Amino acid sequence: MSAPRPTVVRFRYAELGKVRFISHRDLARLMERAFRQVKVPLAYSEGYRPRPRLSFGLALPTAASSDAEFFDVALDPAIAPHEPTEAEAAALATLIDDLPARLSAALPDGLSVTAAAPLEPGSVSLQQAITSCTWRIELLDVAVDDAVDRVRRIVAAPELPFERERKGKLSTSDVRPAVLDLEPLGPTGRGVELEAHLATKPTSLRPAELVRLLGDDVGIGRVHRTHQWMTIDDLRSEPLAAASVSPPEASNGPTLRLAS
Amino acid sequence: MTTVWPSLEPILPSVQKPARYIGCEDGAAAKPPDPSLVSWLMIYPDTYEIGLPNQGLQILYEIANELDDARADRAYAPWVDLEAEMRSTGLPLFSVEHHTPADEFDLLAFNLSAELTYTNLLNCVDLARVPVRTADRRPEHPLVIAGGHCTYNPEPLADFLDAVVLGDGEEVIAEITRVVGEWKATGRGDRTEVHLALSRLEGVYVPSLYESIYDGPALVATRPIRDDVPEIVEKRTVADLGDWPYPKNQLVPLTEVVHDRLSVEVFRGCTRGCRFCQAGMITRPVRERPADQVRTMVAKGLERSGYDEVSLTSLSTADFSGIDGVVKGITDDAADTGCGPVTVALPSLRVDAFGVKLATQLNQARRAGLTFAPEAGTWRMRQIINKLIREEDLYEAVDAAYEAGWQRVKLYFLTGLPSETDPDTLGIAELAKNCVALGKSKGRKASVTVSVGGFVPKPFTPFQWFGQNTSEELQRKINLLRDDTRRANGVNLKWHDPKATLAEGINSRGDRRIGRVIERVWRAGGTFQEWSEHFDIDRWTEAMAAEGLDIDWYVHRHRHEDEALPWDHLSAGLHKDFLWQDWMDALDEVGLPDCRWTPCYDCGACTGYGIEHRVASALPPAGGSQGTAQDLGTGGSVPVQLLGSKPGAGTTP
Ligand code: SF4
Repeated sequence: MSAPRPTVVRFRYAELGKVRFISHRDLARLMERAFRQVKVPLAYSEGYRPRPRLSFGLALPTAASSDAEFFDVALDPAIAPHEPTEAEAAALATLIDDLPARLSAALPDGLSVTAAAPLEPGSVSLQQAITSCTWRIELLDVAVDDAVDRVRRIVAAPELPFERERKGKLSTSDVRPAVLDLEPLGPTGRGVELEAHLATKPTSLRPAELVRLLGDDVGIGRVHRTHQWMTIDDLRSEPLAAASVSPPEASNGPTLRLAS
Repeated sequence: MTTVWPSLEPILPSVQKPARYIGCEDGAAAKPPDPSLVSWLMIYPDTYEIGLPNQGLQILYEIANELDDARADRAYAPWVDLEAEMRSTGLPLFSVEHHTPADEFDLLAFNLSAELTYTNLLNCVDLARVPVRTADRRPEHPLVIAGGHCTYNPEPLADFLDAVVLGDGEEVIAEITRVVGEWKATGRGDRTEVHLALSRLEGVYVPSLYESIYDGPALVATRPIRDDVPEIVEKRTVADLGDWPYPKNQLVPLTEVVHDRLSVEVFRGCTRGCRFCQAGMITRPVRERPADQVRTMVAKGLERSGYDEVSLTSLSTADFSGIDGVVKGITDDAADTGCGPVTVALPSLRVDAFGVKLATQLNQARRAGLTFAPEAGTWRMRQIINKLIREEDLYEAVDAAYEAGWQRVKLYFLTGLPSETDPDTLGIAELAKNCVALGKSKGRKASVTVSVGGFVPKPFTPFQWFGQNTSEELQRKINLLRDDTRRANGVNLKWHDPKATLAEGINSRGDRRIGRVIERVWRAGGTFQEWSEHFDIDRWTEAMAAEGLDIDWYVHRHRHEDEALPWDHLSAGLHKDFLWQDWMDALDEVGLPDCRWTPCYDCGACTGYGIEHRVASALPPAGGSQGTAQDLGTGGSVPVQLLGSKPGAGTTP
């Protein structure tokens, strides 16, 4: 008989300001500590060095900020029993509702948990589920018109061969399928802001790689992730909607939609 | 007040580990810049991940921020990649809290824990846009001061430091704040004014008010240049650690650092009397924190920080009165919160079965390995260094470790100790092989890691007169060990670079003339000397030659009794004749018991300052070892009997 599956909760959080310079590893440790600070026990892995089971979505590049980060974590069966009584279930629901505010208070400035919800048993992991992300990327050393031209060229290209180094080996692949949507949003103080919808599978393209495709002379400034998307039965949805954030619509400034 | 953040932020994505420079730690002081306060910038002259956990710095940081008339920020040495960017864009050294330029602080206060960070100190002062030499500083520049263990011989840094604090800083920080506050209030006059005021504080040494007199290479004396400056500067000692429950809000970094756990200092000082150990000599007497305070600090600290590991720090934590009860209290408290297991760590274990019993209690699930420090390979040698561990003690400890399920043991040794012979050096390999054999006899896949460091004689120890081994001699000894353990299954030998040991030696007992050497090494680009990829001994030997200074004379020469030492005008309380007697006893292979549990032999550390040991129990600890309350007559012959009684052991693999 296998042990009952523990209750897994999915969290959404934002990472803004100075904390965006921490690494993905650092973030996992911070979250673990935050759970101990708010005294919510987690389920531990077995083995030599037991650890709580936190699983994140796609790692955010160091120095990028985000409104849409996610992780799943299994709660200790002591507070989330397998077959809860009605009272236990209600207590757990309240606990989960309160957790975003409590965790945010324990986390450093710039990290805020914006939503939490129990995960349906059998849900696929974040790593598997995410198929694309939407980014705001600041392009430096380029004028708006020039940026629009370069974006047009990328979108119009039937193929985009791109050379990457993996484990010391160079390989070239076509990354055009990963460019789902590009939209220059207008000038920032230092450059041009570009909204980019980039696939993570089957072909993936990272923001820094996209900027390289735009030209070696283009610099990269602020990078901000606005969404991570799952595709289930051809329908795109977020792993967990932010409790109080409505989907971003029209932004200010001149926009030019360049669908693929 | 200005902030460099807008200029720093665009650089950070292109440097390694940018989280080093953002601050934001839980526990960081929120006291904003305020020109009416005396502002301290506490600087650790190495990287963030090495410097952040430093407890001395954190304690003083917190105390300064609690003072009504002071505030403090922190800074760390920027790594070479950021430094290059800073120099090319004109960005100064900055604090991590508010990203305030370092030269806007009143004091740049350095923690000096290692000699090889001296060049980084100069680099940080320079990056702060402050002249590196005290003589070139003007009234508007910050005061550059230092504290920490290395300041017991600050002479190599005498030309660069406005003031030096000897001993515990908890009390003197308020006094320095007051003096600097008055200097500020009266319009920051001539620096000599503030230097004089500082020199009147007990425990504060102002190098520019003293001169060193030489006769050829020999130092004749270091003495005050004015009558109103003390001839001898005495260290400061906090009488009761219970009055100082700091840090109350230990910094919780956002990024990984070397000791990423809660630390609670359980006592300060150590009177085991190991003759090589400067920390033990200069921090006497023993001052234990009350056990209930330890327990509260641990419980509160874990709750606040979210850490799941706490280290009980001191020079020898197993000696804390009633340590087993304290540990049990901590684990009980942790179980009550129900937030997963809490690990209690001890920095190093006492070499006996009691130490291991304690470790068994602590580390429940984690069998990472146990560390012991016998320090020398033979009983004769351990009598000389007064680390009175019998081989029996070590084998019992290791045996108990294997019994309790550990498979990996780490042993720390020094080589290049006074009168060390090749059989003494090889005794290290012998001990290690016997430990492996013991493990194998228990059917374990035993492995023993032997870590060998080259011995550097330190000021205010009985070995301060000893001529350090040359790096060639140290390398020869390491090679002996390497050859001897090459075919020994299960023994892994690691060693410290003898060339780095030489550079430490140049600084450890150097006089003021070494300052020019440090400056040359720094100007030649020799920063981060603790990092092997940046260390180059040629920079040091070339700088010594360029200054006409003889390495042999500074490092490898035995000092004689009536010779003036560069730190003679400073005092850690210890009588010089006590240290000399202990040096003579060492050469006679005579041990000295621990004065915590046996009568005082008047070393001077208590008697000179009207203080005494503060320990909860005047009895030696359970399973007392290391020369206290036990018959040591059998030291050398024990292992044969011990091994003979274990089937399969006694022969080296
Ligand atoms: S003065 Fe006496 S009791 Fe105090 S540390 Fe020295 S020997 Fe020990």
